[in-house]
Amino acid sequence: MQVVEIDRVSYAYSGNLVLDSISFSIAEGDILGMIGPNGAGKTTLFSCMLGLLGGYSGTIKIFDEDIRKNKKVFGSVGYMPQRKSIETNFPATAEEVVSLGITSRRISKERIAGALEIVGMLEHKDRRVGELSGGQQQRVLIAKAIANDPKLLILDEPALGIDLESQNRFYSLLKKLNQEKKITIIWASHDLDAVNRLASRVACINRSMFFHGETHEFFENPDLLKAYSESSMQAHMHLHDHG
Amino acid sequence: MAITASVIGLFLVLRRSSLFGDALSHVAFGGIAVGLVANVYPLWTALGFSALGALGITKLRQSTKIPADATVAILLSSGLAFGILLVSLSGGFTLDLFSFLFGSILLVSVSDTLAILAMTGAILAIVIVLYRQLMYITFDEEQAKVSGLHIAPLNYLFVVLASIAVVVSMRLVGILLVSALIVIPNVTALLLGKGFKKTALISVLVSVLSVMTGIAISYAFNLAPAGTIVLVSTGAFLITLAAKYSTKKKVSEKLIEETKS
Repeated sequence: MQVVEIDRVSYAYSGNLVLDSISFSIAEGDILGMIGPNGAGKTTLFSCMLGLLGGYSGTIKIFDEDIRKNKKVFGSVGYMPQRKSIETNFPATAEEVVSLGITSRRISKERIAGALEIVGMLEHKDRRVGELSGGQQQRVLIAKAIANDPKLLILDEPALGIDLESQNRFYSLLKKLNQEKKITIIWASHDLDAVNRLASRVACINRSMFFHGETHEFFENPDLLKAYSESSMQAHMHLHDHG
Repeated sequence: MAITASVIGLFLVLRRSSLFGDALSHVAFGGIAVGLVANVYPLWTALGFSALGALGITKLRQSTKIPADATVAILLSSGLAFGILLVSLSGGFTLDLFSFLFGSILLVSVSDTLAILAMTGAILAIVIVLYRQLMYITFDEEQAKVSGLHIAPLNYLFVVLASIAVVVSMRLVGILLVSALIVIPNVTALLLGKGFKKTALISVLVSVLSVMTGIAISYAFNLAPAGTIVLVSTGAFLITLAAKYSTKKKVSEKLIEETKS
């Protein structure tokens, strides 16, 4: 079954074409690594997929439902946005933050504890989330994303700004979630090495779809890697020139 | 009044909108001036102005890129200016107006008290029912939206509750000091609390104790109640801050000593 189907999605903002006819699909159980340079449109595509941005052309289906017509599908989607550090002052405990991920009226403490246990943060459940380290906060946010038992997890550069040990721990967790809980994962990342190790499929975008297919097809093709590298450099220079 | 100010204030402080309460009280001043001039019960006109101002500024923030602190400044200054203009046209400041500017707990009538109690009860009931949603939009609006929460209506509802809380609290400490009642107990609670609910409860406790202590001191020494309440609240904050950092320093010094031995 195709969990996600993106069909010719385009999006423009302030006179700039940010997404140009993007099409791909993700099967149940896949881990899709979404790569692309800064400004490629990954976050914008996620925003369209999550219903945060309307005004796009094309179709986005999640669990075979057009998200414009049925917003209830998001009840089965867990989301972790690009990491912003949590205010040190924010008084909620890790347990309280994870509880926010549960959409039903009845908040089950067992479910919260289960999610925290999976990410290895159960012993920190009563600590203020603002006082945790970057890696610990990230794990709490993952716990929040999975607390509602999602079938699809969308992660936008989740390893940004955290130390190497935490990154490795996080990638092991992703694998565990995919294999043990059968969660389909879409994960935007700049870490090509991690994507190569973990993802079953790769989608490479730079405003338009550059490549979509099996991971090994991308990483074993030197021409594709070179073209990706060059497009990353161009995007970097474009951003640099335009401030 | 202390309870609603602190409960609503926690969300305002965490949303980095501490001065929003100040802005609302200044807009309420415009509403009070209208009420006094038009011979309408000023509490209702203050509520109307404050709520409209709050909704207008929220819409402005959501629809434009004007920075949040600038919108607060616009609201604050225009509300106050309107009130001053109206007062000057109607013959100047009166005792009634002074009582709203500086608080007048001793002049609160029975009808005022009943109205305030009803509004306080309504605010608390709504916050208790929508507590998780309000916490979520305070934590991260984007994630809250993805989870299915209707952000815009929640934000509008919250600012209306904030405007009611501000107007209700004005009777206690006045327009000029109402933001202190909203902010200071919460900043104190944030130093102490572990957990959102616990922090909210501590804030209420600090707020109520500050008000009761402030009123008692002001009565005993014949001082202005509003100023006394706010200074007691400030004192509580400073003592808590000193105690917290002293404890942290002692713990750090002990840890360093242990590494030396």
